[in-house]
Amino acid sequence: MSDVLVFAEHLQGNLTDSTFELLGKGRELAQTTGGHLIAALLGKGVEPLTEQMGVAHKVVMVEHQQLAAFNPEAYAIALKAVVQSLNPSIILIPYTSMGMDLASALSADLGIPLAAYVSEVKIEDGTLMTVSQMYGGKVNVESEFSGNPKIVSVLAGAFPAEAGKVEGTPVIETMEAPNALANLRVTFKQWIEPEGGDVDITQQDVLVSIGRGIQSQENIPMVEELARKLGGALSASRPIIDNKWLPKSRQVGKSGLKVKPRLYLALGISGAPEHIEGMKDAELIIAVNSDPNAPIFEYAHYGVVGDLFDLLPILKEKLGG
Amino acid sequence: MHIIVPLRQVPDLVEDLEIDASGKDLDREWLKYKMNEFDDHALEEALLLKEEVGGAVTAVALDGGEVDKLLFTAAAKGADRLVKVRGDFPTPLNSHAMARALAGAIQGLDYDLILTGVQAVDELDGQVGVLLAHYLGIPHVSVVTDVQVHDGKAVVHKEYAGGVMGEFDVILPAVLGIQAARQTPRYAPVSRVRMAMRKSTIEEVSAEASAEGAPDIRKLFKPEKGAGAQMLEGSPEAVAEKIIHILKEKGIVQ
Repeated sequence: MSDVLVFAEHLQGNLTDSTFELLGKGRELAQTTGGHLIAALLGKGVEPLTEQMGVAHKVVMVEHQQLAAFNPEAYAIALKAVVQSLNPSIILIPYTSMGMDLASALSADLGIPLAAYVSEVKIEDGTLMTVSQMYGGKVNVESEFSGNPKIVSVLAGAFPAEAGKVEGTPVIETMEAPNALANLRVTFKQWIEPEGGDVDITQQDVLVSIGRGIQSQENIPMVEELARKLGGALSASRPIIDNKWLPKSRQVGKSGLKVKPRLYLALGISGAPEHIEGMKDAELIIAVNSDPNAPIFEYAHYGVVGDLFDLLPILKEKLGG
Repeated sequence: MHIIVPLRQVPDLVEDLEIDASGKDLDREWLKYKMNEFDDHALEEALLLKEEVGGAVTAVALDGGEVDKLLFTAAAKGADRLVKVRGDFPTPLNSHAMARALAGAIQGLDYDLILTGVQAVDELDGQVGVLLAHYLGIPHVSVVTDVQVHDGKAVVHKEYAGGVMGEFDVILPAVLGIQAARQTPRYAPVSRVRMAMRKSTIEEVSAEASAEGAPDIRKLFKPEKGAGAQMLEGSPEAVAEKIIHILKEKGIVQ
């Protein structure tokens, strides 16, 4: 078969941006393969979501109580059943929290190849080619696949979501839920909403954002002062949050927040793909990093290679009171 | 509670990465390795759980690179048992091969829980933890930030975009892909690592691993340079001036 299957990711009742990004790319790939674009929609009471999936030729829907909220085990079982029934050529899964549980599970379960961290997908002379952003975005890996099906796990923000946002309801086919859903080892209990932070970083005009280069928690107040002088707030990349140096509400990027300030001043942030997806649309990005090869410089408008601890005191002084 | 923590070495990204003559792998001759940072969080979470409910932590790593140092570092932090997996592994080692080798080695061990780092910077073909769970036939949850264990099950928090979390009950044994431990991973001073080298022993087991499941690598290449940032050069003083000039031009500062 030559169909392209997209896992339609939805979180708390809404299709995610990644879903539209993959639907748009999937449609383009299906045109090349001469197959159909099919979306796999798993859930409970999710039929209204199909109204936003006009770009797909068909939506295959599996509904079950155990699919009401994402569950790594239940979703892997249901998605596997969809794949086995449709035998698509290409399976597109977002490289997100959900996608990480599904793509590798499907690959191991069905014995089919998988490329992750993907930022580019093309079909060249009938061969599927992917580019993965590896090593924190420092080296790209171009891969090819033989045989069907294959799984491509795509970084959020790799493709425009607009191409996938087409209203209109495609053909809906309901598939019976697999019996295995009655006997699960993983059970969803409840949603836990993030604690409201003191500051909403998505609403700030100016963000001064820190990464691993800040070196220690003791250096944070100095940067906070700079943020204050610029009339903005402090945000951070994942390692800072994982080390509990700043609250979760300050995290930019995958599993954090997407921000679009007028100024994003990135201090000691190397720019792994997971971070870039959260800040690349900022109006003005200035990056300071000691590593001239840091990927952040590919996305920044202005870059400074140097020691941020030399620059910061002077910058603060010049900004005055 | 017996917890297994597979540890992997990844290239230290602080160093320059070069591509080898074949164009299909990194030049590994002078490559500096370090512990995958997420594995460090997995080990920390395992040690915290051991402190809470008792039991033992076993660190497992595949042979190669500085594997002994990696395992002794785990011992210095509090791991009770060290296991090195030997075998004829493909190079470069991909996630599928690593997961198969780990599954082979772990099958012979007693365990209630396996904690892995949620991901690594070199996982072209998917997450080792999820693959491992499938090869062992046990459930998995990825992107976990909180784990509590009681009555043969784990209660875990899985994180999604925007910080919203799902709480799950997971019947053990299971594999959990740890995003972040509840506290900053503890540090092992060199003196303690040295002591661990004298006092701990590394057990060896052998396992087989095929690389099947990964795409075929055509080539590695560095992201294109040039389209990126305009670089501001000069003394810190001069650079600060330039930055303030830009901010004034954009009306961000007065």
